[in-house]
Amino acid sequence: MAKHEYSYYPGCSSQKGASGSNLQRSVDTMCEELDVKLNQIPDWNCCSASIGYGGGGVLPRMTLSARNIALSEQHHPDQEIVATCAACWLATKEAQERFEDDPSMMAEANQALAEAGLEFKNKKKIRHMVEVLIEDIGYDQIGSGVKRPLEGLKVAGYVGCQTNRPFGIDGESFENPMYLDKLVDTLGGESIKTYEKKVQCCGGALAFSEPVKSQEMIHGIIESAYDNGADVIATPCPLCQANVEIYQDEINAKYGTKFDMPVVYYSQLISVAYGRDAKDSSLDGQIIKAKKLEKIAGK
Amino acid sequence: MSTNTGTVEKYRNNFLKEVEANVEEGDWVKMCMQCGVCAGSCPLGKHWAHPPQEIFMMIRAGKREEVLTSDSMWMCTSCYNCIVRCPRELPITHIMHGLANYAKRLGLAPKAQPTAWFSQVFWDNMMKKGRVNELKLGLSLYFKDGIVSGIKESIKHQKLGMNMMKAKRMSPMELFGGHGVKSAGDLQKIIKKAQEIENARLESYGK
Amino acid sequence: MADEMKIGAYICKGCGIGDRLDAGQLASTATRDGKAAICQQHDFLCNEEGVKMIQADIDNEGVNRVVIAACSRRAKTEAFAFDNVTMHRANLREGVIWVRPDSDDQQETTQEMADDYVRMACAEAKYSKVPETSGQQGVNKNILIVGGGVGGMTAAIEASKAGYPCSIVEKTAALGGAVAQLHKVIPTKAPFADPQDAGVDELAAAIEADDNITVYLNSTTTNIAGAPGRFAADISAESGATQTKEFGAIVQASGFIPYDANKLPEFAYGKNKDVVTQLELEALAKAANGGAIKRPSDGKEVTSVVFVQCAGQRSKKEGHLEHCSGYCCSASIKQAMYFKDQNADVDTTIMYTDLRTPGAGGENFYRSGQKKGVTFTKSVVNEVVDGANPTVKFKDLILNEEAEVEVDLVVLATGMIPNSGQETRADLAVEDAEDKAEAKSSGEEQVIRVEVESILNLDYRQGKDVPHMANGFADSHFICFPYETQRTGIYTAGPTRRPMDAKQAMDDAMGAAMRAIGEAENAGLGKAAHPRSGDLSFPSFRKEGCTQCKRCTVECPFGAINEDEEGYPVYNESRCRRCGTCMGACPVRVISFENYSVDTVGQQLKAVDIPEEFDEKPRIMVLACENDAYPALDMAAQNKLEYSAFARVIPVRCLGSISLSWITDSLNSGFDGIMLMGCPSGDDYQCHFVKGSGTAQERMSKVGDTLETLSLEKERVATYEISITDIHKVPKLINDMADTIEQIGMSPFKF
Repeated sequence: MAKHEYSYYPGCSSQKGASGSNLQRSVDTMCEELDVKLNQIPDWNCCSASIGYGGGGVLPRMTLSARNIALSEQHHPDQEIVATCAACWLATKEAQERFEDDPSMMAEANQALAEAGLEFKNKKKIRHMVEVLIEDIGYDQIGSGVKRPLEGLKVAGYVGCQTNRPFGIDGESFENPMYLDKLVDTLGGESIKTYEKKVQCCGGALAFSEPVKSQEMIHGIIESAYDNGADVIATPCPLCQANVEIYQDEINAKYGTKFDMPVVYYSQLISVAYGRDAKDSSLDGQIIKAKKLEKIAGK
Repeated sequence: MSTNTGTVEKYRNNFLKEVEANVEEGDWVKMCMQCGVCAGSCPLGKHWAHPPQEIFMMIRAGKREEVLTSDSMWMCTSCYNCIVRCPRELPITHIMHGLANYAKRLGLAPKAQPTAWFSQVFWDNMMKKGRVNELKLGLSLYFKDGIVSGIKESIKHQKLGMNMMKAKRMSPMELFGGHGVKSAGDLQKIIKKAQEIENARLESYGK
Repeated sequence: MADEMKIGAYICKGCGIGDRLDAGQLASTATRDGKAAICQQHDFLCNEEGVKMIQADIDNEGVNRVVIAACSRRAKTEAFAFDNVTMHRANLREGVIWVRPDSDDQQETTQEMADDYVRMACAEAKYSKVPETSGQQGVNKNILIVGGGVGGMTAAIEASKAGYPCSIVEKTAALGGAVAQLHKVIPTKAPFADPQDAGVDELAAAIEADDNITVYLNSTTTNIAGAPGRFAADISAESGATQTKEFGAIVQASGFIPYDANKLPEFAYGKNKDVVTQLELEALAKAANGGAIKRPSDGKEVTSVVFVQCAGQRSKKEGHLEHCSGYCCSASIKQAMYFKDQNADVDTTIMYTDLRTPGAGGENFYRSGQKKGVTFTKSVVNEVVDGANPTVKFKDLILNEEAEVEVDLVVLATGMIPNSGQETRADLAVEDAEDKAEAKSSGEEQVIRVEVESILNLDYRQGKDVPHMANGFADSHFICFPYETQRTGIYTAGPTRRPMDAKQAMDDAMGAAMRAIGEAENAGLGKAAHPRSGDLSFPSFRKEGCTQCKRCTVECPFGAINEDEEGYPVYNESRCRRCGTCMGACPVRVISFENYSVDTVGQQLKAVDIPEEFDEKPRIMVLACENDAYPALDMAAQNKLEYSAFARVIPVRCLGSISLSWITDSLNSGFDGIMLMGCPSGDDYQCHFVKGSGTAQERMSKVGDTLETLSLEKERVATYEISITDIHKVPKLINDMADTIEQIGMSPFKF
């Protein structure tokens, strides 16, 4: 039996052929290495992220999460729910808290779930994969498994918004969370403590609806990484990763820059540091190749 | 100015009461102390015609139509900066979502507001099969202004799409079916019921 | 001290003094120049053995002047505390070795510095006496409390609990004051959510039940003579009957006068009956007694109300109050709750520019108001338009637009005017006297100033009430010495002192009562109040030299000096704070303390060895206030900040005590520069004696003439305002003066 086991909520973007599929592949590799078993919640549904509010009211949106919690309770009664996607984690945790504070809303959600013969009790903890790493495994243990330290790799730790606010990781500040930097240092890399865009918003879902406004912010996020001498930006959030990576061509065209900054996940850093190859670490999923990281992986 | 915001109504609590009853976390609006930290913390702050604390004041001043027709709350990126900084701990992000939803429900949200439009598309896309179909979502974005501009947009973003496909982070297969919840019908029933419960509550307001 | 003066000098070699200085030479300086009868060196003077050594000399050898050449006079005071001797400290540690570099080339000037400090301490010893009591003392435990509001009642209850009998003198027919007029008060307990009962009846009942408290209703104090420990107060009833009672100390809790809203025609006050003040709303709420509040014009139940904050306050407009009254925001929240708690559908809007809810529960109360649905609108009210319903015209500062709202009732949050009696600034008293004399000589008696009725009716030469500070409040020094006034033994509490609400006034009253008790006891022992707490010395004067010029009586910041019929000063020892401002004021130098006089300082500066002009070793006399400047110098030394070896620092009680003779003597004896360091003066003064430093600044402005007569450069004498925190500034100022002297050259007055 694996040392750690969780009821896993991967989320839409982590599915095969979706924008965050590389997150999922590297998470799988990372969990293999850390002896963590993720049991996918059967038939999970979308949480409606933080953009569904235009279409759905509060109760329908919260009920989406209630269904996932109900399924987890049914299939993995003794396991905490873990998510890797910031929006999935946030939406589910938010729903969990809201239901806890408002029993009448919970009753209504159960009334809706009854349409499909489901019910939830809402007693589960909703956690982020980063919490599993820091709280359940710990920096020391992670560090002890490093086979290929990320020597000389300068990493701009881009925490973004929703992994950090409003919940964040216990003991970290909203304005300057340090866990990503600590993780990079644990893996033998070089975290950039002066990276001032660490918790800057990338526009989130508005990258689609308000591209000009969002890309202005993304421009700043990348520019600061360059100014601080980063080789790579690392992030825990799939939307952050996509937004900061895939629009660099468009930003270059608009701002006359020559950005070519790779954006990777912490799970990819861990996979590489644990000695796994570029493919296992899903470095083939980069649109902007993380060459320096590939080189370490290829050692 | 409409009769909704006539002199008689101004600086009375009618609209505040409506917001408290019908808007997500609307109960908190009265707790704002007008410090403006939210406005200064918003990454898109400069694009808001009325920053959150002003919206709260407008609600308290009874400016119903001005609030609900505003495109300000549609500028929210859900970054939650305002929430964690608000000294009064108002769930500002949620109130903005709630106001946006309420405005849209009443048909007052500004027409052609891109985020208002996109959020509906997202919801519909997601509700179809219970999970988001990213490809269809992207395409509907390009084609939102019709076929001709949609093709232009697609060409403009062609490289991006090709890049994504090469990295196996976008799949053309998604056009034909794609991922989804097995019991999508059940999910739809559940959400429909939740919607009914919520609608009934909103419709009963003031009756 | 009847015995012959005998100086014992003790040189400490601890803390590096022995390594840096030639202790043997210091000892011979003490005996040869300082005329010390006994001189001993010790490696660690402040330890038990060292202290024993000194005590043995006092006991066996008759030493009665102790000179300690060691650390600053501010250090080791507990170790070096000996009875029946005078204490003199040569500051070799903070004053010499810590401010000088430890190098061979500096050794000579450093040693000179130390030798001078030993000479100076011995000189001071020679001219000091052990203070003797004046014989004016006597403990009187009775406390007089002027004002029977919640403050006065609290002061009485607290003092009585501590065993001090109290008398409350209340002008009206009942106890309770302003708070008795309130329907409810701002909450004083967690969760600070709802208005609460004022508790006036409970306080009054407690007073009633307390045999230790005497209440004089319908009465005022028509004369208060004496001093702490022996105040004699005439308590006169409305009927005219007067009785005189003795008190040890006084608490003044005379409250406030509500601002006259008739001065606010722009808000339709007086024109529209439905525009009321907060106090008037209290009456309406009392009348409603928990039911719907009805408006005055037609008795209609109020469905909408606007509170106008800062009405006639925080404004420089003529007739307005400049200050914030502090309580009115919370009071409006409370009053809005009167409506909301009775009927949540009443629209209550508080129009404010800055919401200020001081006190532990202020913020909670504000939140509670918001939770109850009180609307807070950041706005400026420009006008209230008269009509069947008053219309409030205002500018919404958040929405940045002009707006108006018609309501049933408008409440004006007008402020507090301190009920602090007459303005009694000494300079005004002098002007008054001059004006009166002028009017008399021209044959017409005229009213010079519109007189406010006095509250205390003090029989002080300096005026009938305690002096006022900003905006008529009677505060003295709100940070360091709250409750303190410029009249020793008289303490103010509540809105007389600064604007505040009922709870704060009650807390204040406890503090003032405590201070009053302390001063009654202090006066009984003949000890000074702070900042020279425990000092037994007091000023006396040589009558034969006195010219009856009255400068001492006018300049005393504490009104301690009266005049007798011939115009000679009469000292009231226990009113005195021992600052020495009178000594500095005296042009004929007849005023002195036993342990602080023109000589104790004058002889120190004469004891400084002045090298010849061509030695190029200038001397800078630094007279530093012992409260701020001297500690700042000590702290500079602790930080090892260097300053010129040519400086010689003498602590003074206050810059106000500086005698001009010290300046002229210094110049005549060859000092090249003189630096006077006192506390900041003016409106935001930090002078521990209120106006000593300001007075000194004024006196020093005339020094220029003296310098001119002596054909000396005016840069040689400078006055500075130093705060205790100016640690880095003080050494720099001294060094700058040394540079200045280098530029303008040595004084020609060396011999």
